[in-house]
Amino acid sequence: MSSILFENKKDFEALLMGNDAIARGALEAGVNVVTGYPGTPSSEIVEQLANVAGERNLYVEWSVNEKVALEVAAAGSYANLKSLCVMKQVGVNVAADSLLHIAEYGTRGPLVLVSCEDPGALSSTNEGDSRPYAKMMEFPLLEPGDFQEAKDMARWAFELSCDIRNIVMLRSVTRLSHASGNVIMGKLPKSIPEAIFEFSGTPMDQMKGAVLAFPTLVDSLRRRQHEKLSKAVAAFEESPFNTYTGPQKPELLIITSSVCNLYTREALTILNLWDRVGLLKLGTTWPLPSKLLEQHLSVCEKIFIVEEGTPFLEDNIKVMAAEKAKQVGIKTFFGRKDGTLPCVNELNPDLLIKGINHILGTSVQPVLDDYSAEAAQIIAAGVFNRELTFCPGCPHRASFWLIHTALKLDNRSGFLCGDIGCYGLGAGPCGFSTIKILQAMGSGIGMAGGFGKFDRFGMSQSVMAVCGDSTFFHAAMPALVNAVHNQSDMILVVLDNSGTAMTGFQPHPGSPAGAMGSKLPMLDIEKLCRAMDVRVEVSDPFDLKATRQILLEFLEDKGNPRVLILKQPCALSPIRKGRKMYEMAIDADRCLADHCGCNRLCTRVFKCPGLIWDTIKNKIQIDEVLCAGCGVCASICPTGAITAKKVR
Amino acid sequence: MENTLRCDPYNLIIAGVGGQGNVLASRVLGDMMIHQGYTVTIGETFGASQRGGSVMSHLRISARGGFSPQMPKGKANMVVALEPMEAIRVLAVYGNPKVKVLCNTRPIQSVGVICGEQIYPEKKQIIKWIESLSADAKFFDTTKAALNLGNPVFGNIMAMGALSSTGDLPMSLNVFEQVILKKVPAHKVEINLEAYKIGKGMVIA
Repeated sequence: MSSILFENKKDFEALLMGNDAIARGALEAGVNVVTGYPGTPSSEIVEQLANVAGERNLYVEWSVNEKVALEVAAAGSYANLKSLCVMKQVGVNVAADSLLHIAEYGTRGPLVLVSCEDPGALSSTNEGDSRPYAKMMEFPLLEPGDFQEAKDMARWAFELSCDIRNIVMLRSVTRLSHASGNVIMGKLPKSIPEAIFEFSGTPMDQMKGAVLAFPTLVDSLRRRQHEKLSKAVAAFEESPFNTYTGPQKPELLIITSSVCNLYTREALTILNLWDRVGLLKLGTTWPLPSKLLEQHLSVCEKIFIVEEGTPFLEDNIKVMAAEKAKQVGIKTFFGRKDGTLPCVNELNPDLLIKGINHILGTSVQPVLDDYSAEAAQIIAAGVFNRELTFCPGCPHRASFWLIHTALKLDNRSGFLCGDIGCYGLGAGPCGFSTIKILQAMGSGIGMAGGFGKFDRFGMSQSVMAVCGDSTFFHAAMPALVNAVHNQSDMILVVLDNSGTAMTGFQPHPGSPAGAMGSKLPMLDIEKLCRAMDVRVEVSDPFDLKATRQILLEFLEDKGNPRVLILKQPCALSPIRKGRKMYEMAIDADRCLADHCGCNRLCTRVFKCPGLIWDTIKNKIQIDEVLCAGCGVCASICPTGAITAKKVR
Repeated sequence: MENTLRCDPYNLIIAGVGGQGNVLASRVLGDMMIHQGYTVTIGETFGASQRGGSVMSHLRISARGGFSPQMPKGKANMVVALEPMEAIRVLAVYGNPKVKVLCNTRPIQSVGVICGEQIYPEKKQIIKWIESLSADAKFFDTTKAALNLGNPVFGNIMAMGALSSTGDLPMSLNVFEQVILKKVPAHKVEINLEAYKIGKGMVIA
């Protein structure tokens, strides 16, 4: 078993996931420093590069959050190293303050920011589009249109950053990052970097001066930044990543970028319209290559702009068409704004077919009405949706059970503020619908801190918040500091499952090792909280009795924040996977079935997938394959019908 | 039969439930095709959907390439289902009267079934539905055969073995061996070869 992704030879072809292609492109560019914070669909890029950190002499770290990740990568650039910073779309918001300043000053060693975005929110709580940052903060934006380009443009992003001496953003999307296709590899270079931060020059000496964003320098810095943009546009006008396919004078010009390129190509092939419709695929989407666009806009009256996220290309191309109205004439635009394409959610070839049919009045692909009708009938008759749930033995199920029941016993309409991660499912049935506010990373604690101050306005509800261990470091610490300082009446429960579980167990500052596998000091959440001088308790969520006692005490307490750290590794973590703590068994005589509290507390309410309701015997059963042996259901069964025997 | 595709592009969906090994199956098949000079696009999502949800991989296999990672609706040539209800879910969107199906008959219950809110249809009923939505459907219990090998997860490789026996794609044992060598640790190669062979035998029978 070896990763062909990193074979040091040229011109061999392999099946690569978009993220692997980006990682390979960075290696071909000779990257030295790699940072990021995990988030679907971006995580594999840093993981892959961490795997070869030793043999390729890279510094790879999972940073505490995206802002710090970008700052560490910027340090790489200022030390003349080639740096890559990777995050999902929401991370760019976290990093935005530093991003603005880095873009204003510029870079020394090349610095590439990769944002992997999630149109359709397949694994996100939003459809965030980071492309407008490129326009707002004035740096170049690249969007690969297939797998080969993901690799080639990642490499080129470093060259471009080096040429213009500014940060370059490469934007991918889930359907590219997590999809796979053929990629032909290039050579891996030998690089012997020498890191040094120079500050001997004048402040406007970009390569040798101190890096200062003084108010008095801003005018000059911004002028320099605009020169960099002009240089980028000149390169974009000639870029091989902007391609045109179609007739010289098309009836319809489609302008697209990213994976929409593949959707559009497929739609045009299915509709057999390549002789009537032209496709301008842009790889460089900010600043727009105006001469190239002018040339294409002037030969066609109907323009269809195909993109996911916000109407970024659409708005910018319309502005350009207005500025060049004399040269290109009056255009009719189609896209997300006029409803030719839906204004939200991801696209696919079928939506493109529909959109093109709408514009050209061409016919839809053959509809198989009978087949679809029969399938719809069958789906309605017997195919249910699979509700997402916590894994068998997941500590979150026990934690939410405890919080849910404690809030019920407390009986003051208390509620839980949460955020994203696996434990976001705490807002759904598997978490007993306990979370009532779920937005950004760490936002639950900030909000709980707010709710906890509203007693003067008559608010008498108990206020609780949860966050995971990785989120605690990423975004919860300042919110907790705020709640402590302002004496907010709230309870924080840290669901410490020993890793960034949802995205695949990436380490965080509380972990014993870093991205590259080397041993690192672990920051102790308990000690950090104690240093804030709040009441802190630590418990095991599988110990229902002891943990419930603490929660009830906390709820009776008043005034300052209280912190409960629930420690139990994720059921899928390397420490727990495949190892049962308890061998579970059933004492069928004791099972009361429908006569039990809430009609079968175990399977109707607690709902661990490791439990099966035997509809024939009308008794509880353990699923030997799925049960992770956490023992919690034995504590929940009111009659002792489920038994747990400690495994040695 | 070797070294040809039944049609171009050959559109295949591997359907299952998170944790059944969809991704490894799609990678192995994709690598086998690339190994023989084809271009492959695989579309799949991972992340939230892995937590007990329905998962699918779209494979577009072609001599030309450039296909979308999301297959157009109604365009599947083959559905390989690691779980029977997932076969129907996929057929309803991507199926057509000419589609073929290879299907593991062992259900994976949903939380809804466990707690008594949902009823999993009878096996006979599911088979009837799949047959009525396909031109040719073959059924087998790869979960049982895989459990005999020691782990239900081998069901994914068995399904690939089953696919190889249809003759729709060039999938010789030799090519599988070369690919699996690079995919799994050395001590797992033998058992994966065994799983592939068992799967291959399942359809011929």
